[in-house]
Amino acid sequence: MKNSVGREIPEYIESYGQVKPFDGALANYGERTKTSVKLRSVKPGDNKLVETIDEVLDKVGIRDGMTVSFHHHLRNGDFVLNLVMEAIAKRGVKDITVAATGIFKIHEPLVDYIKSGIVTGISVNYIAPGPVATAISKGLLKKPAVLMSHGGRPRAIESGDLHIDVAFIAAPTADSYGNMNGVQGKAACGTLAYAVSDAQYADHVVAVTDNLVPYPACPIEISQDYVDYVVKVESIGDPNGIVSGTLTVTKDPVGLRIAKLAAQVIEATGYIKEGMSFQTGAGGTSLAVAAEVRRFMKEKNVVGSFAAGGITGYMVDMLNDGLFRSLFDVQCFDLKAIASMRDNPKHQKMSGSLYGNPHNRGAVVNNLDVMILGATEIDTDFNVNVVTGSDGIIIGASGGHNDTAAGSKLAIVVTNLTKGRLPVVKDQVTTVTTPGETIDVLVTERGIAVNPARQDLIDKLKDTDLPIVPIEELKNIAERLTGKPEPIEFSDQVVAVVQYRDGTVIDVVRKPL
Amino acid sequence: MSQNRSMLIIPGNSPKGLQNAPVFNPDLLVLDLADGVPLEDKDSARLLVKEAIGFMDYENTQVVVRINSLQSGFGAKDIEIITPVQPIAFVIPQGNAEQLQEIEILLAESEKKAGLKEGSIGLIPVVETVKTLEQMSSLLNVSPRIKSAFFNAEGLAQELGIVRSKEGDEILYARSKFAMTCRAAGMNSFDTAFTDSNDYEGLEKDCLKARNLGFTGKAAIDGRQIDTIHKIFV
Repeated sequence: MKNSVGREIPEYIESYGQVKPFDGALANYGERTKTSVKLRSVKPGDNKLVETIDEVLDKVGIRDGMTVSFHHHLRNGDFVLNLVMEAIAKRGVKDITVAATGIFKIHEPLVDYIKSGIVTGISVNYIAPGPVATAISKGLLKKPAVLMSHGGRPRAIESGDLHIDVAFIAAPTADSYGNMNGVQGKAACGTLAYAVSDAQYADHVVAVTDNLVPYPACPIEISQDYVDYVVKVESIGDPNGIVSGTLTVTKDPVGLRIAKLAAQVIEATGYIKEGMSFQTGAGGTSLAVAAEVRRFMKEKNVVGSFAAGGITGYMVDMLNDGLFRSLFDVQCFDLKAIASMRDNPKHQKMSGSLYGNPHNRGAVVNNLDVMILGATEIDTDFNVNVVTGSDGIIIGASGGHNDTAAGSKLAIVVTNLTKGRLPVVKDQVTTVTTPGETIDVLVTERGIAVNPARQDLIDKLKDTDLPIVPIEELKNIAERLTGKPEPIEFSDQVVAVVQYRDGTVIDVVRKPL
Repeated sequence: MSQNRSMLIIPGNSPKGLQNAPVFNPDLLVLDLADGVPLEDKDSARLLVKEAIGFMDYENTQVVVRINSLQSGFGAKDIEIITPVQPIAFVIPQGNAEQLQEIEILLAESEKKAGLKEGSIGLIPVVETVKTLEQMSSLLNVSPRIKSAFFNAEGLAQELGIVRSKEGDEILYARSKFAMTCRAAGMNSFDTAFTDSNDYEGLEKDCLKARNLGFTGKAAIDGRQIDTIHKIFV
């Protein structure tokens, strides 16, 4: 069958089930019921502290077919997923589904567990290019991986679509009764936002820490009433892989030109205004957009209401300079962001659900004015791919892409028109991650295209000297520079299901031939 | 009518640079075969530049090629290979009168061979030695192909053994003489590039200084500098 973005998807996928096709970004709102939670209440005097991960596995009754979850705030420095999976593998337990908010290169040991059938399922909302993504693309995983968004995952957990048997929460600091935070300890990572739904809804919740402190572990982010066990390990992560020292604005002249054009679009469409809200990524070009927006805000003497998302030191500087009244932080990218979140009450943490869940009583993305997004590919219907690369291999997942595009009033994709000698604008993207109906503007170094559905923006931009062109023209320029690449050939085997934030299927990834 | 406010210098051995340069909208795009290209890349850069001029979307900018000097042993070949794709001019390093006269002859031959009208490709001498600076009045009259000249302070500083500063006090006389001579001859004058491409404020001050000394435009070594140059040289 075809879904509403014209993608051919199966009605039923083995080991996934019946497919609910994507039917539009706003098609699935309304009354919702949250799933119930099973827990074992804790008597006064009970001890939650457990000596080893192995002992925890006994206590939670780990067995074949279970789903275990992890958060990715320790990013490429995370030891916890590997420690837990190693202990599970040693027991000969099979058919485990790993529900991780993010998977990085450091999680390469998963590939062997996939090959040996210890891990047969993966659900993930961010996946870095690397061995695990490649193994999934090659069809080594028994069940199709499920690629979600940052808001879609908590939605799936809260609705019961994604049931977690055991949540293992890497805690940079914890006490023996399960209170945790991410702002203290040698593996400090800032907020633990992506783990909040896991803590609230999993059957068993385990805090894994290398910094056990006297009770209570203030400031508490995830509290004791959600936690069954606490286990101390030697180290939960490598600080070098967890945070960056400093993330800086790009110096690439092309990236800076794109950023400047994007900021001019924001200004010309009237979004540089008192109370404005803004989100951008941590990449060099995204930060360059922030730098240009900052310049406009200063010129116009404007104070924004909030900036949101993964927070960098650059956004902290904007807060401290009085350019925003507050920050909503779902992930701290650097040391400055961690310190600010810890010390400044205007720097608020937000759970993944609060950030982008479409089925709660209103996510923060709904209040976003301007969102700056990247793209691996974008098609002439403005559909965006951030999942598969030019060879059809998985290189990412939505993260917050389709959440923020849907929520924001002005969703701008910034990208070079060509990357690695390939055009970025195409007739059809390889995989749809974010529907074109939620993308408003594409900014490249060679021109700006406005979604024809946004006549209001077209009207505002038509009298400016910005290089506004139809998206088809950008596609033609790109193809003239690079040639038109041969289409990638795929087999029929579905290796990953791309869920839209509301749980419908926006696309599938098939195994490249 | 084409403007001559900015010239962006791009190394001829950089495919990415050659592809991206037009997006910055410089008035002149200088595809460099000389200082910016190491010896081992001279041959390949020459061919790359030739192909780029034939293929890339340079229609909104005036493409010129900075060839190697004749003394280097590469200059004559540069003229022979590049002439058929007809850049609007060649930039001539160490543009002394003798060399310009020799190039005039070589270029006329190459134009004839390529079926181009004689004189269709211009010459932009680079003034970067004390001798050429002092001979400028006669230099600009060597060939009717010369409509512009480029002052390269870095070359001059090297010859004189002086340390360059952002303020440029050490090149005040040279700049003034160059700009005034060009003005007297009715020619475009391009000032030396501002080499700190991250310092926009410094660039703007340097542009203002050059404009006030009589220059009509300025060279750039980074696409990010073009907007600032165009802000001052209107």
